[in-house]
Amino acid sequence: MSEAVTLRIWRGDAEGGEFREYQTSTSEGEVILDVIHRIQAEQANDLAVRWNCKAGKCGSCSAEVDGKPCLLCMTRMDLFETDETITVAPLKAFPVSRDLVTDVSLNYELAKKVPPFNPVPPEPDGTYRMQQIDIERVQEFHKCIECFLCQNVCHVIRDHDDNKKHFAGPRLFIRVASLDMHPLDATDRKDLLADELGLGMCNITKCCTEVCPENIRITDNAIIPLKERVVSRRYDPVVWLGRKLRSRT
Amino acid sequence: MEPLVTVGVLSAFVVYGTFVAFVNTDYFVDPYLSPFFSPCLASNCEEATWDLFGTHWGFSPALLILPFPLGFRLTCYYYRKAYYRSFLWSPPACAVSDFRSSYTGETKFPLILQNVHRYFFFLALPFPIILLYDALRAFRFEGEFGMGLGTLILLANAVLLGLYTLSCHSCRHLVGGGINLLSQAPIRRRLWGVSTRLNARHMQYAWVSLFGVLIADLYVRLLANGVFSDPRFF
Ligand code: SF4
Ligand code: SF4
Ligand code: FES
Ligand code: FES
Repeated sequence: MSEAVTLRIWRGDAEGGEFREYQTSTSEGEVILDVIHRIQAEQANDLAVRWNCKAGKCGSCSAEVDGKPCLLCMTRMDLFETDETITVAPLKAFPVSRDLVTDVSLNYELAKKVPPFNPVPPEPDGTYRMQQIDIERVQEFHKCIECFLCQNVCHVIRDHDDNKKHFAGPRLFIRVASLDMHPLDATDRKDLLADELGLGMCNITKCCTEVCPENIRITDNAIIPLKERVVSRRYDPVVWLGRKLRSRT
Repeated sequence: MEPLVTVGVLSAFVVYGTFVAFVNTDYFVDPYLSPFFSPCLASNCEEATWDLFGTHWGFSPALLILPFPLGFRLTCYYYRKAYYRSFLWSPPACAVSDFRSSYTGETKFPLILQNVHRYFFFLALPFPIILLYDALRAFRFEGEFGMGLGTLILLANAVLLGLYTLSCHSCRHLVGGGINLLSQAPIRRRLWGVSTRLNARHMQYAWVSLFGVLIADLYVRLLANGVFSDPRFF
């Protein structure tokens, strides 16, 4: 059975734009991306929307539905009342390319600041061994699909453009966590976290965790543990005193 | 709605705590000692746990100890989230704009001080143990073994506070989270596992333990004022 539905979709480009209303239909089991595709096919052939997998695994279709950052392909139509108008907007934190497509290259630029995996020397027999318990923590972070919903919702960059230069954001914090907690990685990134990546800018208000479609516990399992590691490095009085004394001599 | 409740409950707790500390009476009804005054460390205590300060301390003995649990909660990662959102509106809710246009997070004074949380954790660690001791003492009524509703309340309060303290993020880091090769540290690995499991409910423990302290004090206070008498099980 199909039902009538109204969508307000943002149309425009980097210069500016506006919301336009579209009436169409939806049938059982559809997600909002299906409805947008119907509008694109029937009424607005030039509507730009990015997508690839339609299975919540490629991270392409991020947008904001009724002000809530989400994946268009994972947001079911039965979440909405049929008589309400659904508003679909591009991600707010990134510059618009066109319509619902934003330019997320900022995240790739920020990623360049993170030194890559740097393995410790192999064991005498030339191989590497890892225990499951040591790698488990890191595996959670590898589920990331780079949808950048967390980056988009994070108020540090969303509401304060000037922070984009010195705040890496939740996506990159889990990347750093996956390296810093890795049993076989030899690089230390704690000073980098504090000085270049702006870990201290995060005030652990957990919006990144709330929007993550992979349910990665970004704040509890990556950001807070990293903050604690930085505390050991930076704010431990014994370590601090030692440093002071050494710099005196 | 949620921010309003947070503001309401936290403000009420602070007001109640201040009131209790300054009223400075009605916190001991044999054998129950209110958690706001435990350990009681001066001669002017209604019931001194340990007369450490003797007669040198003339103010409310609650003021000697409250800074520690207060600092612990104030710098707690969960409470930080709660009051940044509800009191400072930074952000008021996800995808809702910050109230203030400039933002430096926890990088500048005073918020950079949040980094001392782990030291408050050390200072707060003895409290559940002391409260447990109080709860065990509350099994004795005039030298006889017994149990009243107050005993259960004090016991529950000590346990909840213990769960809150052990589920702390700093605790999780210190027992094992800070090392990468947990496989080579079997004891720390086990402790980290326990702390991690508790940590998942840290928010819940934060709230129930807050109410626990409140109810325990209120209970003793009502008994002291003769509002009702303590139901005794045996
Ligand atoms: S927890 Fe930190 S990184 Fe995540 S959204 Fe909030 S401020 Fe940003
Ligand atoms: S951490 Fe989650 S929200 Fe952030 S980019 Fe990865 S999958 Fe998306
Ligand atoms: S289209 Fe791949 S995640 Fe939505
Ligand atoms: S007490 Fe909440 S994080 Fe330490």
